[in-house]
Amino acid sequence: MVKLPIYLDNNATTRMDERVFEAMRPYFIEYFGNAASRNHEFGWKAEEAVDWARETIAKSINADPKEIVFTSGATESDNLAIKGIAEMYASKGDHIITLTTEHKAVLDTCKALERRGLRVTYLPVGKEGFVDLDMLRDAITDKTVLVTIMHANNEIGVIQDIESIGKLCHEKGVIFHTDSTQSIGKVPFDVQKMNVDLASLSGHKIYGPKGVGALYVRKKSPRVKLASQMDGGGHERGMRSGTLNVPGIVGLAKALEICIEEMPTETKRVQGMRDKMWMDFQAELDEIYINGPDPIEKPDRRLPGNLNVSFAFVEGEALMMGIKDIAVSSGSACTSASLEPSYVLKALGVGEDLAHTSIRFGIGRFNTQEECDYTVKQVVEAVKHLRDMSPLYEMAKMGIDLKSVAWAAH
Amino acid sequence: MAYSEKVIDHYQNPRNVGTLDPNDPSVGTGLVGAPECGDVMRLQLRINPDSGVIEDAKFKTFGCGSAIASSSFATEMIKGKTVDEAYEIKNTTIVKELNLPPVKIHCSVLAEDAIKAAIEDYKKKQESVAHAEPVAQ
Repeated sequence: MVKLPIYLDNNATTRMDERVFEAMRPYFIEYFGNAASRNHEFGWKAEEAVDWARETIAKSINADPKEIVFTSGATESDNLAIKGIAEMYASKGDHIITLTTEHKAVLDTCKALERRGLRVTYLPVGKEGFVDLDMLRDAITDKTVLVTIMHANNEIGVIQDIESIGKLCHEKGVIFHTDSTQSIGKVPFDVQKMNVDLASLSGHKIYGPKGVGALYVRKKSPRVKLASQMDGGGHERGMRSGTLNVPGIVGLAKALEICIEEMPTETKRVQGMRDKMWMDFQAELDEIYINGPDPIEKPDRRLPGNLNVSFAFVEGEALMMGIKDIAVSSGSACTSASLEPSYVLKALGVGEDLAHTSIRFGIGRFNTQEECDYTVKQVVEAVKHLRDMSPLYEMAKMGIDLKSVAWAAH
Repeated sequence: MAYSEKVIDHYQNPRNVGTLDPNDPSVGTGLVGAPECGDVMRLQLRINPDSGVIEDAKFKTFGCGSAIASSSFATEMIKGKTVDEAYEIKNTTIVKELNLPPVKIHCSVLAEDAIKAAIEDYKKKQESVAHAEPVAQ
């Protein structure tokens, strides 16, 4: 019997791995020192741990330890990268390029800069979520100081061709930041090979702790400089003041180390469960649509554990209510704080009617095949239950074109 | 946000799900909401033309759990009422009965709209029937 509830929302956050917790444990009580205390044993112990973490993280992404800046999480890393570049290179230009499908941590940071007078281009994406390289090339001007494009999308799992984007930016002499929160630790990430200048990462998406993250900042060719966004004691080479969160940093590094070690087998396992889930849904239900790249056709272009499906004619929140022992997310407006359905799905050209019916499944390290099979069974049952009482499903089955109906929008 | 017990009950065991013949002159159909908004309710009433009493009510709803519960509860509430009584039903009654939180009040408004739309459809049909009869004779 499968244990309930089932957590299938691993793109939102992940359960911390016990190995990570054990690695962090001594740094709360035993080795509680301030890593900036240079003159006693307590400080040295803390500094040693931070040095190990910095090296471990750097090695994982083929960077130099001096290129890692610790932060409170990916949101802070995104803010630091974008605002830090905009301020530092203000005399060079005032233009930033990003995507309409970025995480709010990037979009709202860009909006904040617009209010300060900068210009931001929000590039559209195709129906699978990919940015068009020619469109990006055309958007770059001599006033462009930064291109910020996420590696993998949190909702639809689409993986951008970061290597080509980075190459293009470097050819044009533009700094390139990528929000790699969802991808680092899940798919290979190499700052040299991928021509990345700045990269954000977070602990809690990779079975590590919440409240800790890092920003990779390239030191040479080109040397990237940032204006700090947090002033104080000059920690992190002046880029991010604040006493280092030693246990969190150790946890972040341990979490990433495990991810890298287990990636070859784990990717295959998680991807296998995701693919089976998608095929099982298709075998059991009609009128369902994948959001983002097809997992079977383009496995390398989608995060291994991510599945986002629209179950037409069934509202997302109602479906979630029908599978209440399974934790997933929906692009439906009813589940978000705003009254709009997912802006990411909208950017793909998914109609609002279908956006309301979308469910995101995020399969991760602690999920089993048994849990995924149970989920398919529950979802199929709930979709059938709800379609039996959906006027839209009945109308569609009668051959009525729902687009031709004069709906009274409210 | 937790759902009230009543909402869960109506969601799991919806009352009066189904379809009545929309071409039947004694049936009034109300279709409100829009797929783009994430809510569509269809409420159908079979009304006794002599007494004006609602003898049967069926619904189908595309929407969240609270929307489904609001329409299910509405069908329960209006069966046996006269058309005039049903027309007076306010959404606040549904909010109270189902214990809907503020963000779900629009679901109850939609149910009230559906009741009114169904009754208006029925009345329109009756008028055209009344109109048609003398011509036929």
